[in-house]
Amino acid sequence: MLDITDLHANIDGKEILKGLSLHVKAGEVAAIMGPNGSGKSTLSYVVAGRAGYEATGGSIMLNGEDILAMEANERAAKGIFLAFQYPLEIPGVTTMTFLKAAMNAQRKQRGEEELTTPDFIKRVRVAADKLGVSQDMLRRPLNVGFSGGEKKRMEVLQMVLLEPKVAILDETDSGLDIDALRIVAEGVNALRSPDRAFVVITHYQRLLDYIVPDSVHILSAGRIVKSGDKELAHELEKNGYRDYVADAA
Amino acid sequence: MTPRPPAIRTKAETALAESFAQSRASLPGGDAVRGQRIRAFDVFHERGLPHRRIEAWHYTDLRNLMREAYPITIGGAAAPLSGLRVVIQDGVCTLPTGALPAGLKLTALRDALAGASDELVHSLFPDQGADDAMVAFNAAMARDGVLIEIAPGAVIAAPIELSFISSGDAPHGDISRSLVLVGEGARASILESHAAPTKVQRNSAMIFSVGAGASLAHVFETCAGSPELHVSTLIGDVGKDARFESFAFVCAGEVLRRQAFVRGSGEGAKIALRGINLLKGKQHADTTLVVDHAVPHGESRELFKTILDGAASCVFQGKVVVRPHAQKTDGGMKSQAILLSDDAAMYNKPELEIFADDVVCGHGATVGQLDAEQIFYLMARGLPRVQAEGMIIEGFAREALEFVGDENIRERLGAGLTDWLARRAS
Repeated sequence: MLDITDLHANIDGKEILKGLSLHVKAGEVAAIMGPNGSGKSTLSYVVAGRAGYEATGGSIMLNGEDILAMEANERAAKGIFLAFQYPLEIPGVTTMTFLKAAMNAQRKQRGEEELTTPDFIKRVRVAADKLGVSQDMLRRPLNVGFSGGEKKRMEVLQMVLLEPKVAILDETDSGLDIDALRIVAEGVNALRSPDRAFVVITHYQRLLDYIVPDSVHILSAGRIVKSGDKELAHELEKNGYRDYVADAA
Repeated sequence: MTPRPPAIRTKAETALAESFAQSRASLPGGDAVRGQRIRAFDVFHERGLPHRRIEAWHYTDLRNLMREAYPITIGGAAAPLSGLRVVIQDGVCTLPTGALPAGLKLTALRDALAGASDELVHSLFPDQGADDAMVAFNAAMARDGVLIEIAPGAVIAAPIELSFISSGDAPHGDISRSLVLVGEGARASILESHAAPTKVQRNSAMIFSVGAGASLAHVFETCAGSPELHVSTLIGDVGKDARFESFAFVCAGEVLRRQAFVRGSGEGAKIALRGINLLKGKQHADTTLVVDHAVPHGESRELFKTILDGAASCVFQGKVVVRPHAQKTDGGMKSQAILLSDDAAMYNKPELEIFADDVVCGHGATVGQLDAEQIFYLMARGLPRVQAEGMIIEGFAREALEFVGDENIRERLGAGLTDWLARRAS
């Protein structure tokens, strides 16, 4: 479903991704683990299409279609979703206004009908209830004054509503206490399906106790240096990254 | 006494002085009013048009911007409207037809001036701002405007609309002065809107007094085809435990100078001055405020949000004065601007003059571009760039709009904001 091949990317003239390849099948949950500075967040930005994070070589294919030349919004409409490590605050824009704009913008780009207001409200209510997102949060400006846990739950709510094909979770566990982590993980697990793939980027194994991956990939110095099953994550937890950091160097 | 050497006059200054000389005999008002006019004209005559060496006008050099003074017309009355809608056309007041709510009295200023009591004259020509040349010229020349009186305790639910318009195609100037007197414990709101189909230079002043425990809300709005050059002055006095709130929605007009001189003269007076500036092309808007806390326990809030595109420029000068005895004053001032173009310019100048030691006063001024991370966040959710930018700008402006108390007005201004953004995007 998501095929990244020999990806190179520079940030401010410095090469961060150095020939990264990763193939994630439909229905698969792939965990990307790696030390700080290995390029984890850069990978998520390059896939999502952030300006200034352009690839200098290689390809990113979504269901056989090259997405590298697309703007971030086009990639989103095609089914790429990035759950941000640090979700942005958008003052003055209520969460409901934002959700509706995002859902309809994607539908419009895909040539689908816009949602009716009752349909939209119903979808939000059902999803919000499951994630413990209060009506008050939905009325407030997007992420403004939200706690870390609330922001992450809001990311998952957006993911649920936007129904992506490939969801990338960038350090979604950072700053979460154990209860918030469980809620977020349940939200993700509920979305697992045979026609959806996940890329779960994390520094720690902890999140993977809740979102159990099908594959684990170690990212070091801009490349995937080892792939394995979920046992690889446990091994990392025990031994740390030092073997792989040395490898890369 | 050595005679003062004659000042060098610009063409516009000479024309304005001549217009006073020609019309002074026919200006309405008795001896007391005449005395005020002559004193005011002397102030103008001595100072001339404000220019960049006058600190309060440093960023809006009127001497340079007003190369030519259009002839000041004495217009005819407009067709009267119903409801609470007053029309000021070419500076001449037309009152609405029909009955008014209990406790509200509207009088054309020209009629009020005819038999004005000393008290009324005193209210109409306050000391605040009197040494500003444009305020002085307004005082000297204003023939008309509206006198709005709210009886003590009266609650006027609907906004009183003052619609400032102009007639004819020829370039001209118009001058008006209005007075709003809100009695103790009364409540009212005023919607002041400005339009002008032609090249118009406008000098409008609104003087107000809010009695103890009373409340006055004021909205200033520019409409499509606003005056080419507009100096708008708000001068007022807020009494004990009274409240005054003003909101400005500025998106039209070429050069606009809004200045407010507001004094909290009763303990517990609350003053709020807020607004949105949406400017593009070569538009220039200047907001200059002087909030004067004269007694203890006053509160003031200023919040201005500015969005600048093209080669537009905007000025925010906010001065808060806390006098020696005005302890426990609580002041908060904020001016925030987003520049959408390299050629746009924002001048922020907050000033605090605090002579009391037990006060809380803060100010913040920011100028920046749209945040690239915010744009990426919204684009990653599917919004095309233009829509993402529009949403961020709209949210930025709406934070101020929330303070407009009247729901209908708030919605209408919100629609104006959305329109402005849509035109920018198209």
